Amino acid sequence: MEIILAIAIGVLTGSGVWLVLRPRTFQVIIGFSLLAYAVNLFIFSMGRLRVSAAPVIDKSGEIDPLLYTDPVPQALVLTAIVIGFATTALFLAVLLASRGFAGNDHVDGREADL
Amino acid sequence: MNGWLQHLPMLPIATPLMAGALLVLLKESRRKTRLALSFASVLFQIFVAYQLLLMTTGHMPDLWPQNIAVYLVGDWPAPFGIVLVADRLAAVMLLLCSILGLAALIYSTARWERAGVHFLPLFQLLLMGLNGAFLTGDLFNLFVFFEVLLGASYGLMLHGTGEMRVTAGLHYIATNLAASFLLLIGIALIYGVTGTLNMADLAIRAGQLTGADRRLFEAAAAILGIAFLTKAAAWPLNFWLPNAYGHACAPVAAVFSIMTKVGIYALLRLGSLLLPTGAPAAFGGEWMFPLGVATLIFGAIGILATQQAERLIGYCVIMSSGTLLAALGMPGVALTGPALFYLLTSVLALGAFYMLIEMIERTRSFGADVLAVSLEAFDLDDPESPDRSDDVVGVAIPAAMAFLGMAFFCCALLVAGLPPLPGFVAKLSLLSAALQTSATDTPSLAAWTLVAAVLLSGLAGIIALSRTGIRLFWTAEDIVVPRLRVSEAGSVSLLLLSCIALAIWAGPVMDFLEETALLLDRPQSYIDAVMSHQPVRALGGMP
Repeated sequence: MEIILAIAIGVLTGSGVWLVLRPRTFQVIIGFSLLAYAVNLFIFSMGRLRVSAAPVIDKSGEIDPLLYTDPVPQALVLTAIVIGFATTALFLAVLLASRGFAGNDHVDGREADL
Repeated sequence: MNGWLQHLPMLPIATPLMAGALLVLLKESRRKTRLALSFASVLFQIFVAYQLLLMTTGHMPDLWPQNIAVYLVGDWPAPFGIVLVADRLAAVMLLLCSILGLAALIYSTARWERAGVHFLPLFQLLLMGLNGAFLTGDLFNLFVFFEVLLGASYGLMLHGTGEMRVTAGLHYIATNLAASFLLLIGIALIYGVTGTLNMADLAIRAGQLTGADRRLFEAAAAILGIAFLTKAAAWPLNFWLPNAYGHACAPVAAVFSIMTKVGIYALLRLGSLLLPTGAPAAFGGEWMFPLGVATLIFGAIGILATQQAERLIGYCVIMSSGTLLAALGMPGVALTGPALFYLLTSVLALGAFYMLIEMIERTRSFGADVLAVSLEAFDLDDPESPDRSDDVVGVAIPAAMAFLGMAFFCCALLVAGLPPLPGFVAKLSLLSAALQTSATDTPSLAAWTLVAAVLLSGLAGIIALSRTGIRLFWTAEDIVVPRLRVSEAGSVSLLLLSCIALAIWAGPVMDFLEETALLLDRPQSYIDAVMSHQPVRALGGMP
């Protein structure tokens, strides 16, 4: 499972970085979305991977920490998802404004001289 | 009384948040109410910051005997819940931020707050993010406040719109998004290694790491450091800055001048806490000093090469970041106090400078000079621009040109660090501390490098600024005497007068900052204050 997750994060990050470096605004925003997925998965994995263990502690009875997974990274991921979503949405709005002003979708607002 | 005072560290965050939320609800047509609310919020923030400053010098021993205000936001004890911590450094930064905020707000009432929607709420939220970043004692919470201030800054950056501004904003947002992802990766990695996000707890646990864990922690700190250095505009992570700041409208750019210092604040805070256990390379001298010198040189070259006045100040911002990084990267504590003094003067001076340049640009008749490209960039001067309407322009101050010239002269002196203004005091004390810092009789190579870089960049600053001053004021043909509003001239004067006050009371201020630096050098009191603070209610008890 660790290998699969590591490969997934690596592929997402690699694709994301490559897309962010592309000249079209649409590619950049997709790149940032992929990077956001990769970062969120990474944060999640920092709580150590556990299968079928609850993060929320049952109030009744003795508590055995071995039965539970770390809830903190899950809370962090929730926050990071919300913030990442908001900033990406804002970036999308700016992207559209830039497209409207410049008339093209180059990140610099004008085509590179070839 | 104590019941109210114990919430003091929360107020710099809660006040602008409430004010911002109310401002969103109030209609734009109720301008007087909105402005009154904004000013009340900022003035109250100044008051609270001043109270916190008094607290750190021992005026509230009943509540906080260690002179460090700790506030448990969810009333959970320290390593588990989020804490806000106001020590001396945080209190100084809060006061600086609110004074700069007041000046920018006064300036914006002249016309900028009406150049688009939601200026006032975004402005409050920006202040909230800044205050929160200074106060928080939790790493992830720091990220959240960074995002709050960046989110507000994205909106403010685009305020007034226009093609150039949107393109610059696009680059600014993209850079900061990438830096935020790095910040998140660093924070997650630190949590994975140490199992804590509380900075004080982190300072304890980082020392207990060994072997592979320690190396992973170093890597995490390096990633975190890169994110902070991007915010602090260290070379080679600062190419976004001159363009973004140069295209933002004047009051916004003025507040932005403190935003690069937030990155430096974070580096200083974490570096101070991690110091006793061996600071990771990113927060220590090995990285910060060479990067700082490189940033200074880059800023000096940039300031000589640039022609547009707004971009010129962008390079001044980079130079001030470089000076701070190089000074803080020097070994020992002797330079930290003067560096903090330099931080105060440079933030105030650069804030005033951004607002001043916008007023000076009005003296140039439209399309009269070679800078036609920059006119488009700064679409203020376009008579057809919706931002500009003649009825906004108010009472003419006599001798407006004299005021502009004097203010420009003051700003140039402050930035270049010439007497009698405090820029000189800051640089002189910085350099003399650098030369005295080494244990042996002869100052180290690093000290001489710092002296050379600071002096040469100061020279470059003088050359570039006097050239700009000559171009702006002494080309007689096309100067139009501008009509300044009292609020515009007043806000610049406010910032310059606070600089002059810093020069007059340089002794006490410097003593206070030296003390701050000593406390940063011995973070044990900070750690103890955070870890020993007890929640109001006993754990497990009924509410």
